[in-house]
Amino acid sequence: MAVLQFREALRDAIDEEMNRDENVFIMGEEVAEYNGAYKVTEGLLDKYGFKRVIDTPISELGFAGIGVGAAMKGLRPIVEFMTFNFAVLAADQIINHASKIRYMLGGQASVPIVFRGPNASAGQLGATHSVAYDSMYAHFPGLSVIYPSEPDDAKGLLKSAIRNDDTVIFMESEQMYGLKGEVSEEKDYIIPIGKAKVKREGDDVTIVATGKMYHIAKQAAQQLEKDGVEAEIIDPRTIKPFDLETVIKSIKKTHRCVIVDEAHPFGGLASEVGFLIQREAFDYLDAPVLRVCLPDVCAPFSKPLFDLWLPDAKQIIEAVNAVMYR
Amino acid sequence: MAKKKEEAVFTPTGLNKNTNGKVDKSVELPPATKKKHKELGLTDDNVIEMFEQMYLQRRFEERAMQMYQKGKFGGFLHLYIGQEAISTGTVFALDDKDDIITAYRDHGWGLVRGITAKEGMAELFGKAAGCSKGKGGSMHFAKTENHFWGGYGIVGGHIPIAGGLAFANKYNGNGQISTCFFGDGAVDQGALHETLNMSQLWKLPCVYVVENNGYSMGTAANRHTVGEIHERAKGYGMKSALFNGMDAFTVYENMKAIADDVRENSIPYFVEIRTYRYRGHSMSDPQKYRTKEELEQYQKTDPVERIKQYLLDEKIAKQKDIDATMDRIEEEVLEAVKFADETPFPEPEELYEDMFAGTPFIHDTKK
Repeated sequence: MAVLQFREALRDAIDEEMNRDENVFIMGEEVAEYNGAYKVTEGLLDKYGFKRVIDTPISELGFAGIGVGAAMKGLRPIVEFMTFNFAVLAADQIINHASKIRYMLGGQASVPIVFRGPNASAGQLGATHSVAYDSMYAHFPGLSVIYPSEPDDAKGLLKSAIRNDDTVIFMESEQMYGLKGEVSEEKDYIIPIGKAKVKREGDDVTIVATGKMYHIAKQAAQQLEKDGVEAEIIDPRTIKPFDLETVIKSIKKTHRCVIVDEAHPFGGLASEVGFLIQREAFDYLDAPVLRVCLPDVCAPFSKPLFDLWLPDAKQIIEAVNAVMYR
Repeated sequence: MAKKKEEAVFTPTGLNKNTNGKVDKSVELPPATKKKHKELGLTDDNVIEMFEQMYLQRRFEERAMQMYQKGKFGGFLHLYIGQEAISTGTVFALDDKDDIITAYRDHGWGLVRGITAKEGMAELFGKAAGCSKGKGGSMHFAKTENHFWGGYGIVGGHIPIAGGLAFANKYNGNGQISTCFFGDGAVDQGALHETLNMSQLWKLPCVYVVENNGYSMGTAANRHTVGEIHERAKGYGMKSALFNGMDAFTVYENMKAIADDVRENSIPYFVEIRTYRYRGHSMSDPQKYRTKEELEQYQKTDPVERIKQYLLDEKIAKQKDIDATMDRIEEEVLEAVKFADETPFPEPEELYEDMFAGTPFIHDTKK
């Protein structure tokens, strides 16, 4: 195992895939000469040149669409957004085109493209830079949505995403790029899309959390352990396809579940997974499934308000206590 | 005494305008080429083929309209009638491997790029034998094996995709070029601006063509966009052209020269082709925004009649041969209607097919 930063794990995945397949290229704002807004693409221009590492203007709709067209002709574009908050400008290309073209044309074309970049909030950036979009993209048929929490997951899943024959939304976090973790040194390390991972075993309660929220859940579990509560943490890693089986298996053991979701409450990951759990494991539950998510308000700038807004370990502990009737 | 304030007006007004009988044209047609087919490098057979193609598109759509009115199929139906010289002249000017992508007024483009009348009509009827397996309908004809990448229903949505097709051609160094067609309404979309900017910056081998038919749905060009459309190219330092789209030879001559330049120099082009659509925007359009006189003036320049007359004038074909050809095409279209009516709808399980090229996953279903 090598210890790598999250950004290094991503870079290794991109590098390995670009090395393996000449059809893979990367484009986005500041990816080439600036070496990446968050240094994910550092060094790739020197290695692969201007043909395959391409700086774009600030034209999310335009370059997302150029990626879609290039993918239809057999290339494997990796389109980097500086944040998924800006990808909203490209929504027509992602939602109306990338996800639908194959079906609309009766299978005559496919769109093997990866849209990647940081998702959700990254500190006090205000309302338009703080939204978690994973559940929103997961709503649309055809899109795979990945939001890993640790460097190892990031590497194995990004390689899978680049090799995937259909469109993948791959989400990261500005606040996780510097996070270090052990990464498999296995040659050609691949993690299949759609497989959750039990990241902490426990018998008392199941906590489902991915991306940045996984780390909050981990803090909560460490705190709960001191109080004698053993939480099992499941990191779905992939929002869609969602590995419900792993979650249900855990609930059959713990009988209680808290879902941590970085998005707003209405129609998000927590509500969908909560619904599926009640349907599939109703008789196994000893308490209603609870969720910890953002309130239904925009992200505030002010530090005390922001801290109140973002899910934290304390809220998770409270939810765990509630489902355990403690 | 304070001056009486006038009420603010935004969009230039156009409806119910009194022009004392003068036709207020929504587009001015530039003159057609005076060159004969041989000067353009076209053979007699090419001209006959062009006529056949245009007549097929015309009759296909006239029959489609009838079937729609008879309730044989639903959805939207946007007719290309009046604009056939553009699809036909273009396809003769391009190499067969060059890409074509267009908006939702796409039947003519599909037919001229090898979708059969049967496959096309079956698609309109939503049948499994349709060119897009009944999944796309009128707006989503496609035949990607013939480099026709489809019709698209979001105004301007396919413009960046065209840039991507051209990007891939340049990336692969395959000598192919891409062409993208859209209406004057799409000129107002931001996607066009972003794509033109990147295309010029990256030297993408793509021809962006506005088929200016005078109306963005019911809004005349002078009511929805400012200035001359083709002059927008100047803002990008891009080469541009403006020509008549009611004459297949003019389209052929210009598109051939443009395609050669784009292929040789890997550059984009912005082209305005002036044309006219005879029918409404879609089948539900009462066309109250234009006069009967305006429509009649344009119909005098009908591209299908024009090339038919040329065949006679130049003694390329005799009237009886032309009549026989027209009868044959009429028969082909009627057979297509019969086929579309009788061929089966997709099976229920086909609802779940064609979503994925790779491993399929469909949330919350056992499929």
